Amino acid sequence: MKLLKLVPDNTNIKFLRWRGPFYVISLLLMAASLGLVFTKGLNLGVDFIGGQMIRVTFTQSAEAPVAPLRSEIEALGYGEPIIQRYGKPNEISIRMKLPEGADHDSGLSDKMARTITADIKAKHADARVDGVDSVSGKVSGELWHSAVLSLGLAALAVAAYIWLRFEWQFGVGALFSLVHDVTLTLGMFAVTQIEFDLTIVAALLTLIGYSLNDTIVVYDRIRENLKKYRKMPMPELLDLSVNETLHRTLATSLSMLITLTALLLLGPGVIFGFTAAITLGIFVGTYSSIYMAAPILIWLKVTSKSFVPTESALDKQERLAREGA
Amino acid sequence: MLEFSRLKAIWLWVITLVAAAAAIPSITATMGLALPAGIYAPKVNLGLDLAGGSHILLEADPSQVRQQRIEGMDESVRNKLKQANPDIRISDISNRDGALTFLVEDPSKVDAVREAILPLTNGAGLTGARDWTINVIDGNRFVLTPTPEGIDLAVAQAMETAVEVVRKRIDALGTREPTIIRSGPNRIVVQVPGLQDPQALKNLLGQTAKLEFKLVDTTALQSDIQRGVAPPGSEIVPYAAGKDGAPVGSIAVKRLGGIRGDQLTNAQVTNNQQTNEPQVAITFNTEGGARFAKLTTQNVNKPFAIILDGKVLSAPNINEPILGGSAVISGNFTTQAASNLAISLRSGALPVDLKVVEERTVGPDLGADSIRKGMIAMAVGTLALVAFILAVYGRFGMYACIALVFNVLMILGIMALIGTTLTLPGIAGFVLTIGAAVDANVLINERIREERHRGRRVFQAVEMGYKEASRAIFDANITNVIAAVSMAAFGTGPVRGFAIVLLIGIATSVFTAVTMTRMWVAQWLRKARPTEIAL
Repeated sequence: MKLLKLVPDNTNIKFLRWRGPFYVISLLLMAASLGLVFTKGLNLGVDFIGGQMIRVTFTQSAEAPVAPLRSEIEALGYGEPIIQRYGKPNEISIRMKLPEGADHDSGLSDKMARTITADIKAKHADARVDGVDSVSGKVSGELWHSAVLSLGLAALAVAAYIWLRFEWQFGVGALFSLVHDVTLTLGMFAVTQIEFDLTIVAALLTLIGYSLNDTIVVYDRIRENLKKYRKMPMPELLDLSVNETLHRTLATSLSMLITLTALLLLGPGVIFGFTAAITLGIFVGTYSSIYMAAPILIWLKVTSKSFVPTESALDKQERLAREGA
Repeated sequence: MLEFSRLKAIWLWVITLVAAAAAIPSITATMGLALPAGIYAPKVNLGLDLAGGSHILLEADPSQVRQQRIEGMDESVRNKLKQANPDIRISDISNRDGALTFLVEDPSKVDAVREAILPLTNGAGLTGARDWTINVIDGNRFVLTPTPEGIDLAVAQAMETAVEVVRKRIDALGTREPTIIRSGPNRIVVQVPGLQDPQALKNLLGQTAKLEFKLVDTTALQSDIQRGVAPPGSEIVPYAAGKDGAPVGSIAVKRLGGIRGDQLTNAQVTNNQQTNEPQVAITFNTEGGARFAKLTTQNVNKPFAIILDGKVLSAPNINEPILGGSAVISGNFTTQAASNLAISLRSGALPVDLKVVEERTVGPDLGADSIRKGMIAMAVGTLALVAFILAVYGRFGMYACIALVFNVLMILGIMALIGTTLTLPGIAGFVLTIGAAVDANVLINERIREERHRGRRVFQAVEMGYKEASRAIFDANITNVIAAVSMAAFGTGPVRGFAIVLLIGIATSVFTAVTMTRMWVAQWLRKARPTEIAL
């Protein structure tokens, strides 16, 4: 049986030739993403800003009647609703600010949920209420805090581990490509205004894990080649390493994309945002392992000497002190 | 690397099969098949987002516990001083602003007072820390402040009791399989699968059910009550709202000399035979009955107020001493409210008020729909993945796929064994784990292919492939473990559910994708002795 080859043997694409331009583009994209996150903002869900979210599916309609719903709910006097589709066109989420004083009397938010769902059911016979979430401002603040904390700590702990296993330059490189991935993904959420909730944080953490996985595979090969080809110039060595792992990179990324595509197209709408974030992360993560994590090693002056096995601990300390200075 | 003793092989199979077999009850359950009764059948719990149900997060206010302690101290100090030395006169007692303060009128008695109240301030805990600090300012003003340790201990005790009370109340509703756990220092999570309308539950938990009987201060002027001014030694308590929700005024009651209605043996809904309105009949225990008898004997022909959670239900006249140890509470109840009150009184009062700070309800349709779609997506995704892997890696891909099937079964099995809950993000974590497992095999197979290209013989190439690839697999998985642990430790709800599946998945995928495939490949190599492999 003839097996499928994703890339021909001995492929030698000069990936690193374009490292300069790609770095410029990536830095610009990161700046743009940060700008967007701060100006346009993320569409934070009730998990993070508090409030009430009602999920409704219109079982008999191809598309949810968003515009009429908006005016109907506004007429109830609880303020302006944020109505958004998620997953299929007939599935929507309605987000409301909690009514004044609801922090002291949860009866008020109950009453609001009841009024709104009763009104929707009365006016739309096929409406099915799939869930109601009420999160008070206090809890949402803590959720946001714990999400940011878990993200930040995960990134730092992982970078520390890589420093331990490789060299400090690799740790910096991995951390930088990680920041790159998360920033671009956040930028994407700011552009698309897909709702940013707790499950998206899980997706971001997964993205970190995947992107690192990819970075480590490339780094592992670089480490190996540095020991093997002492005289090879860094750019050439990096190109060699990326090319040697190219078939693997493609095979793994495609495997992930196959399962994720199935989830995106056939899976439940509730995890659409989640799956979309990870799918995007696969592309960004693969790109960053090649164009962010690898070239930074050149600029941070990694050489084959970094992995000379005979180097004594004392020499290493001295060298590190020199390089650090 | 390719040596597997018979014993080791048997062990590996035993682990794999046991963990995989534990998944069977969960799978048959989703397919609607019944297993024979009597056998041990652990199942993966489905999270509320999958199964539908209600999630309620309740929070107690620690400052309320603090105030309660200060008020309790107020009473203790007065009693203690009365007991110790009736000559000591204290005045200007205040329990506001987070501390108990009072003046000892005769400054020469300050030391005696200190000695008398010192035993009251000792911590009950094992740490030996004091519950209160005593300061004397301006020579004769005592300031008693509860220490943070004392407050923490009191909050912890109150929450422990609260969890018990909540459990009793929910059990009384007859809801099935509720999960009630403490979360953090002052919160309780209540999860009830299948419950669609949590209103009844919240009504029940929102009621503190602190029942008090206090004497009405008949000297208070109606005009003073309306202005909110109580005579010395009395306080103003509002009436509970009527059935129509309209407020119905207030009444002045004496602060001291009442009793608490917490010493009950039973509380039941009965019907008033004259008005046919629902009411709650309570039965005191011996001590409570004696106190109630004393109160009613000493105050015949005076009105007393029945107060529930700071609202007056009724203020009947005591026509004769009530000695039988039982009483009836009426107060414009609906049948539902009366039944709630009976349940709450039976389960005891909550030591603190609980407030709903987070609430999530998932309809059963969404849950069922999500599971079905998730299953279909996983089946399609897995089939497509298997086809892809087979096309790229042939026989080695086949081993990878078999390992993948065992991997999925083992994750489910271990989740069932340790009783984890599967949530929607958990399913996504599942898919990711599959990705990581595939990546491990991809790395190995790529390496074997490379080693072959460098001219190594089959056996050596396979051996080198596993060895060289293991390094990257190890590093990659450790980083994922680090990320997952930080998620499990600092994340909440869905993030944590995802992390736990990820952690289990990393362990099983390294086991199946590296160890098990290596054993299968080794066995095949030994048997077939191929000189050429398709890769």
